[in-house]
Amino acid sequence: MAVIRDVMPAFELFQPASTADALSLLDRYGADAWIFAGGLDSFDWLKDRIKRPRYVVDLGGIAELKGIRERDGGLDIGAMTTLTEVVSHPMVRDRYAILTEAAEAAASPQIRNQGTIGGNLSQDTRCWYYRAGWSCYRAGGNICYADTPDSINREHAILEADRCVAVNPSDTAPALIVLGASMVIRGTSGERVVPAENYFVGPGTDITRMTALQPGELLTAIRIPGDWAGSNFYWEKVRDRQVWDFALVSVASAMTLSGTTIQNMRLVVNGVAARPMRLARVEQYVKGKPRNEATAAAAGDLAVEGAQPLRFNAYKVPLMRNLVKRAIRGVEEWTTS
Amino acid sequence: MDYFLTWGHSPWGQQILTHVSWNLLWASLFAGVAFLVAHASYMVLSAHRKRHPDETDAMEAARPDLPARIPRHSAVARAFHWVMAASMLTLLSTAFLPIAGVKFAWVQWHWMAGLVLTTSILFHVIHASVWLDFWSIWVGPKDIPELRAEILRELGHDVPGPKPGKYPLGNRLYHLALVVVGLSVIASGLTMMVRVRTPLFPRNPYLLSDSTWGVVYVSHGMAGVALVGLVIAHVYFAVRPEKWWITKGMILGWITRRQYLEHHDPQRWVVGQPSHGGTEARS
Repeated sequence: MAVIRDVMPAFELFQPASTADALSLLDRYGADAWIFAGGLDSFDWLKDRIKRPRYVVDLGGIAELKGIRERDGGLDIGAMTTLTEVVSHPMVRDRYAILTEAAEAAASPQIRNQGTIGGNLSQDTRCWYYRAGWSCYRAGGNICYADTPDSINREHAILEADRCVAVNPSDTAPALIVLGASMVIRGTSGERVVPAENYFVGPGTDITRMTALQPGELLTAIRIPGDWAGSNFYWEKVRDRQVWDFALVSVASAMTLSGTTIQNMRLVVNGVAARPMRLARVEQYVKGKPRNEATAAAAGDLAVEGAQPLRFNAYKVPLMRNLVKRAIRGVEEWTTS
Repeated sequence: MDYFLTWGHSPWGQQILTHVSWNLLWASLFAGVAFLVAHASYMVLSAHRKRHPDETDAMEAARPDLPARIPRHSAVARAFHWVMAASMLTLLSTAFLPIAGVKFAWVQWHWMAGLVLTTSILFHVIHASVWLDFWSIWVGPKDIPELRAEILRELGHDVPGPKPGKYPLGNRLYHLALVVVGLSVIASGLTMMVRVRTPLFPRNPYLLSDSTWGVVYVSHGMAGVALVGLVIAHVYFAVRPEKWWITKGMILGWITRRQYLEHHDPQRWVVGQPSHGGTEARS
């Protein structure tokens, strides 16, 4: 594809100073408007000329969308807060260490300085067939180029594939679902708060979107309750290289224990489907069981039930199974006992 | 052209058809509702002829040999009709509600309803060919006098011309439209199932070329949006007061002797009286 990637195409740039102004612009320009947060997803789309918005609304100047504040025993994180700010915030570090780990695992230090948590959550899939601009299902066409007999689909979905096999690339999403976070969404008609696990949508529900954001809406904040603060967390991201890479599979969990018995657990896996998957059946299964190898092994098997690997990603099945096992039994305790 | 069809690009840069434009959905919806409003207005305002009860009384008096209830649809035929209706409504809901903004995981429900529809149609074809009067539902040049008479009656003229056999002309024309559109949507839909994951057979997205797939998708979309208008018209006529006796016949399986004589030509729809005491309609 002959595209001069270092030259930005022309568009009209708006830099509103308030959320209300931004919403007004989105309302005025509708489908022609593009929301620009940290720019790390946007620049690829724009420079490759795959997306050609006429109007770009840069949220960088909206102070009310930035910062981390205490709220009702939990935290409110502005959607435009950078990943570096999330990683370095003492309260996040002390109470929600899993979010620190997840945000710190995203990309590289430079990207975390520029990338926002709202952008990390709302970014589009990295399926290269889709991002190459072909008319696949996700782009409004009628085929998934990643799910043909000779597709290169090592990074694609093993679960919940419904025509499209793209996966969600966010690192912070599984951690926030585990923490029971909610997404605060604003539009011109008002504000709605969506549980994090419902913020992400699979292709069966909407094949052209990855989130519940409707045209003209903005993710303004992420609200984390205090319920799981300080729990026994587990986070692991498996990737091809240890920096600046998306997860092949990642796992996030929060657990409360009574002695060695699992009282309660939230468990989410990403990189295996078009949305981060909360494994409710596994959570239910482990509740009240001892935290040991047998429980972890059975939970791992349960987690991958129904997996349908593609030509090149069968490795994700044992990888997911083992990550779930590790999330349940832990790593350090087990390896030293 | 983009107003009717959507286009994309293959990996080789070729322009390919992808879908019908969903503008056509709104056009079909509008056409269906516009027809409904126009017809309802005409029925309220026009001077279309209503038969005087005395005429029908005389007809009934002349045929005391007929039973009070004339069997019209067998239990099997009614079961087919309602199964087909349920699957059709499921298909239209699962296809178009997501486009209208009601988002849910629709694909599995859609193809399963499609298989139910296909099976019921196959059953209907066999049932109608073997056990029913196959030709009674079809229209052809022989029906032109009846068409003329029906139009004149609708315009308020007293026409002695032919009355329908078992099925009114409107039913037969609707059936014909549904055969064309329904077979198109079924053929294209079954072909499209090769592209989605089902437990029935392995996916094969390479079965057809990109451009041929585009034609299949467009056929499916065209037939689908046409069905929106057709179903609106069907439901409208099913609930109209003067057609309610037909709908009731599809629910209960029979019509009254009076309705039979008033709306049908006994020469074209012969009701016999078999020796075992029951009554059968040659249908």
